[in-house]
Amino acid sequence: MPAAISIIDCDVHANVPGMAALLPYLDEQWRDSVIDRGLNSLESINYPPRAPLTARPDWRGEAGEPANSVDMLRRHALDRWNIDVAICNCLYGVQLLFSEDMAAAFAKAINDWIAKEWLDCDPRLRASIVVPMQNSDCAVAEIERCAADKRFVQVLVLAMGEVPLGRRQYWPVFEAAQRHGLPIGIHAGSSFRHPVTSLGWPSWYVEDYCAQAQGFQAQVASLICEGVFVKYPKLKVVLLESGVTWLPPFLWRLSKFWRGVRAEVPWVDRPPYEIARDHVRLTLQPFDGPCEPTAIVRLIEQLQSDEMILFSSDFPHWQFDGDEIMPAGLADGLRRKIQAGNALGTYPRLIESKV
Amino acid sequence: MAKHVVAPLREFPAGSRKLVEVKGRPIVVFNIKGEFFALANRCPHQGGSLFHGRLGGLVEASAPGCYRYSRRGEIVRCPWHGWEFDVRTGKSWCEPQRVRARQFPVSVAPGSALVEGPYVAETFSVRVEDDYVVLEA
Repeated sequence: MPAAISIIDCDVHANVPGMAALLPYLDEQWRDSVIDRGLNSLESINYPPRAPLTARPDWRGEAGEPANSVDMLRRHALDRWNIDVAICNCLYGVQLLFSEDMAAAFAKAINDWIAKEWLDCDPRLRASIVVPMQNSDCAVAEIERCAADKRFVQVLVLAMGEVPLGRRQYWPVFEAAQRHGLPIGIHAGSSFRHPVTSLGWPSWYVEDYCAQAQGFQAQVASLICEGVFVKYPKLKVVLLESGVTWLPPFLWRLSKFWRGVRAEVPWVDRPPYEIARDHVRLTLQPFDGPCEPTAIVRLIEQLQSDEMILFSSDFPHWQFDGDEIMPAGLADGLRRKIQAGNALGTYPRLIESKV
Repeated sequence: MAKHVVAPLREFPAGSRKLVEVKGRPIVVFNIKGEFFALANRCPHQGGSLFHGRLGGLVEASAPGCYRYSRRGEIVRCPWHGWEFDVRTGKSWCEPQRVRARQFPVSVAPGSALVEGPYVAETFSVRVEDDYVVLEA
């Protein structure tokens, strides 16, 4: 790794090519069980493999499958954009399982698979720990098991799970994450315990994907209002593939109404937008905003912080064409913060794990 | 500032409040356990009547779920948007330095000190042998 880290990609996807890839990493009983029960795949409709968003046409394999190898990641992203460090997030559907034991078994297999098949293959790679949030004890156990490997730099959960993330049942997970210097990465996606909108099921994928922002909003509100950041003052939360421009208006609204009913949540002893500035980060792609070159500058003015946005390509998801990862209109200093500085301030292990 | 006699002390019991108008400005006077405080009856947020607000206590927390409730009856909540104001200081809870209800001096004075004047008492006459709540505004 180069002495100076100048580009950190905080969201690339390590796609599981198929169930067979995980079999060597499952305990024998679960390996046989996969075969006995005919468990073909944990792919979910969060990212249907054939959906255009799931992979850019030039980032698919010969059979049209989304990029799913270190070689493709290297060729299309790391080498192409001179990325020094990339954090791999695996979205294989562990979160969908109802059996806590099976979820724990698959989370373990995925993490071991990532360590061996991805992290060992390129020194630029880091990864998030996939955790079975179906059961906090199991999630903590998985964090404890993986945390010794400093290449794991984050804990990965989905934007839409079983109950809001701020609830105290999840606090042991946050305690473990804080203790190990692991931010909580909340990635777009649902475990489909509930419809993806609060109105019920939408008809189309585009509605489903855009509704993720509602899920992120509810999670930010839950984490702040339940007092997670009061209890765990060093904890950072990174919203992955969340979109970014919805955040300021949502924080204005949350902070406005907090003033009137703050006595119900007296541990929230400062405006929510201040808490968010200290604890919440967002990855860059998909960047959405008005079609003007200064959109990101205005967004940062509204956030009143230039430390919240972390560079990401979201490889291989189709969020932009060509090499247009970075929005236009960024001064050099701000560009450097987004490309690396902000991530270094968010992920302590990116510095610790420097080799 | 002129002295305005708000009410005879015996007609202004603890826990009650009165709305008076001084030079066209509404002012709310609170009796909190025998101590008197006066605030402009205009919430500095958008102008709601603090006279009509609920009086409650100060809710704080040492940690999530660990409530601390104190100063019962000393915090008024604007009936419009629920903003809380410390009756003792007029300061808002959310932005105590920037957002505060204007405060006026108020005290209890014996009638003997008041009969000499000057004072304003519109609806009753001041008697030497009684005590009165007096507002300066």
